Amino acid sequence: MALLLIGVGLFQSWNVSLSILNLCLISAIMALGVNIQWGYAGLFNVGIMGFAALGGLAAVLVAMPPVEGAWSAGGWGAIGGLFLAFISITLAVITYQRMSAGRTRSILIIAICVIGFFITRSVFGPATHAIEDINPAKSGYLGGFGLPIVLSWPVGGVFAGIAAWVIGKITLGLRSDYLAIATLGISEIIIAVLKHEDWMTRGVKNVVGMPRPVPFEINLQTTEWFLNLSSTLGADPIGFSSIFVKICYACLFVTMLLIVLWLSETALKSPWGRMMRAIRDNEVSANAMGKNVTKRHLQVFVLGSVVVGLAGAMLTTLDGQLTPTSYQPLRFTFLIWVMVIVGGSGNNWGAVLGGFVIWFFWIEAEPLGLILMNAITSGMADDNSLKLHLIDSAAHMRLMTMGLILLLVLRFSPRGLLPEK
Amino acid sequence: MEDLLNAFLLMSNFVFVPAIAYGSQLALGAVGVTLVYGVLRFSNFAHGDTMAFGTMVVILFTWWLQSMGINIGPLPTALLALPFGIIVTAVFLLSSDKLIYRFYREQKAAPVIYLIASVGIMFVLNGVVRFIIGPNDQNFNDGERFIVKARAMKQYLGTAEGVSIKVSQGLTVITAIIVVLALFWFLNKTRTGKSMRAFSDNEDLALLSGISPDKVVAVTWILVAILATVAGTLYGLDKSFKPFTYFQLLLPIFASAIVGGLGNPLGAIAGGFVIAFSEIMITYPYKKFVAYIVPGDWKPEGLVQLLATDYKFAVSFIILVLVLLFRPTGIFAGKSV
Repeated sequence: MALLLIGVGLFQSWNVSLSILNLCLISAIMALGVNIQWGYAGLFNVGIMGFAALGGLAAVLVAMPPVEGAWSAGGWGAIGGLFLAFISITLAVITYQRMSAGRTRSILIIAICVIGFFITRSVFGPATHAIEDINPAKSGYLGGFGLPIVLSWPVGGVFAGIAAWVIGKITLGLRSDYLAIATLGISEIIIAVLKHEDWMTRGVKNVVGMPRPVPFEINLQTTEWFLNLSSTLGADPIGFSSIFVKICYACLFVTMLLIVLWLSETALKSPWGRMMRAIRDNEVSANAMGKNVTKRHLQVFVLGSVVVGLAGAMLTTLDGQLTPTSYQPLRFTFLIWVMVIVGGSGNNWGAVLGGFVIWFFWIEAEPLGLILMNAITSGMADDNSLKLHLIDSAAHMRLMTMGLILLLVLRFSPRGLLPEK
Repeated sequence: MEDLLNAFLLMSNFVFVPAIAYGSQLALGAVGVTLVYGVLRFSNFAHGDTMAFGTMVVILFTWWLQSMGINIGPLPTALLALPFGIIVTAVFLLSSDKLIYRFYREQKAAPVIYLIASVGIMFVLNGVVRFIIGPNDQNFNDGERFIVKARAMKQYLGTAEGVSIKVSQGLTVITAIIVVLALFWFLNKTRTGKSMRAFSDNEDLALLSGISPDKVVAVTWILVAILATVAGTLYGLDKSFKPFTYFQLLLPIFASAIVGGLGNPLGAIAGGFVIAFSEIMITYPYKKFVAYIVPGDWKPEGLVQLLATDYKFAVSFIILVLVLLFRPTGIFAGKSV
């Protein structure tokens, strides 16, 4: 793998090679999260995209500076609205649990939901409008807390964990398809919220220029020690500054990857990990031994989602912007799945390897596909419509290739590149 | 009285007619999902993209027919192309079954493995569709646009509101009724249909009675090809064809199938309409409607919209969650395990 990356560095450029490496590292962490759910417990999560997007949201809320005047205009209204919604749902749940079944209970619950909905709307609507009206071209949202962006990584994990807990509470214990369908749904909804709640995320206007945990290239180029360093290395300071920044990111991400990997390995080898695998391999007998299968599943589902949320926050940090439209299920959910299955489900090292290999090919498949298409069509005339069509659609070959890889590995080598021990 | 009539016409135009058409499309999709679930026992994630694939083939044949100058007057040419689409889709589904699912059937693999395999097929189909026809919108509706025009209706009734019914909407409902009736006739009256139901109820018993599993599975895939292609084409005629929208249809289709009880075709149809009506009714702005039914000076300020249209997926999701919480087997008892 390292050889491949070095090869890209030599043949394309070190800049490309390092940016692939950074995304490989993030993909590896996401794949670890999915491996916790699938490899340890056999849970099929189709909503990875949503949990990663929650991590991105955390990055915005934690790190962006607060917008002048937005809080006084409607910040408390918006928070109060969310709080009221929470109260009405809690009330409805308490009513459901405390009262005995019957028509009175149903009517009461519906009344609580309807009244709660309208009160929430009356507080929430004006507040969000007020926020969105403040300088819509530049801000028009609440902003965040202006804290260091690295803090958003655990926060992203917590956000994803909460969402996972709600979904898991509803669907775990029912048949496995329901978890898959419900996670598919929640991820679509999370993306819809990010796209349309302008007061929180600026919606499709995107949040750009997020703070960084590493220095900016421009600042580096005027710093004395950096100029000295690049002249000792005999490098061009402008090009070197961007490579240096990427190396800084890579160091941060490697540290995170090692921490997550170490934790997952320790967990897998502990009695807890053995119990999880026992449950995965035979739920009935594990249940008979007194293990609460549903509870363990919920636990492991939340843990895995926390890791995915963490990786999502890291990804947004690396991009320096939150673009809700960039969250595509094929890129965020199913690609991660291919990584886990190809790498070797149940084996953490396998997930990491899968993250690296698949991300590398996902990126490099595009130039390779283009070369291939050019080769196939080289005999045709330049204005041949078939040739133009084939070259235009070369990018879609990636999807097909990934699907084929998934199917082939699942069929002929279901244990993956690095099988579980 | 006049106002009430206007209010009713307004609702018919913007809520009832679109919801009936959308509900029929969802119902056809959900019946396909439910059939796969009943016979093969997994949730087919590739269904949305199968619909896209079938529709794509129909569009290609429509273009071919159009270039030959063949059309059927006021009806869209796509109807003529439909059989070709169904055949190609059926061939594709049967070969995917032979290459992929059959292996896992022989292994008696866990349902979740089928699920992952269907995700793989979804990927491949997604790539194929985008590769051949591209990721953009395609409008392939020709022929007449409306059965009933709103303006003509207004003049006829002398009201302020009118109802317009698009040809695609009328076609959707009629085709859906024909397809569903034919399906139920097949399932209830023919020998093959009966053996399919027996297989779905109790696989071991069906095998003991000498029902050939390969035949049942093959027939199921052919039915799925018909349902998916018809549903996809109708949806494409009514709105427009865009591969990604078909992928997103997966959630409302699953929600419909689960609301009706997975494995229960009748329930899937009811579920489709439940989802379609709630989706449209919850995201419809009632401003004008309220203005008609309340005395003049009470006219509301806002749009009186319960939920922004952007959250229509949230509606099917919430219904799905409620059903899972309170009746995991669906409104009509489906399979629970």
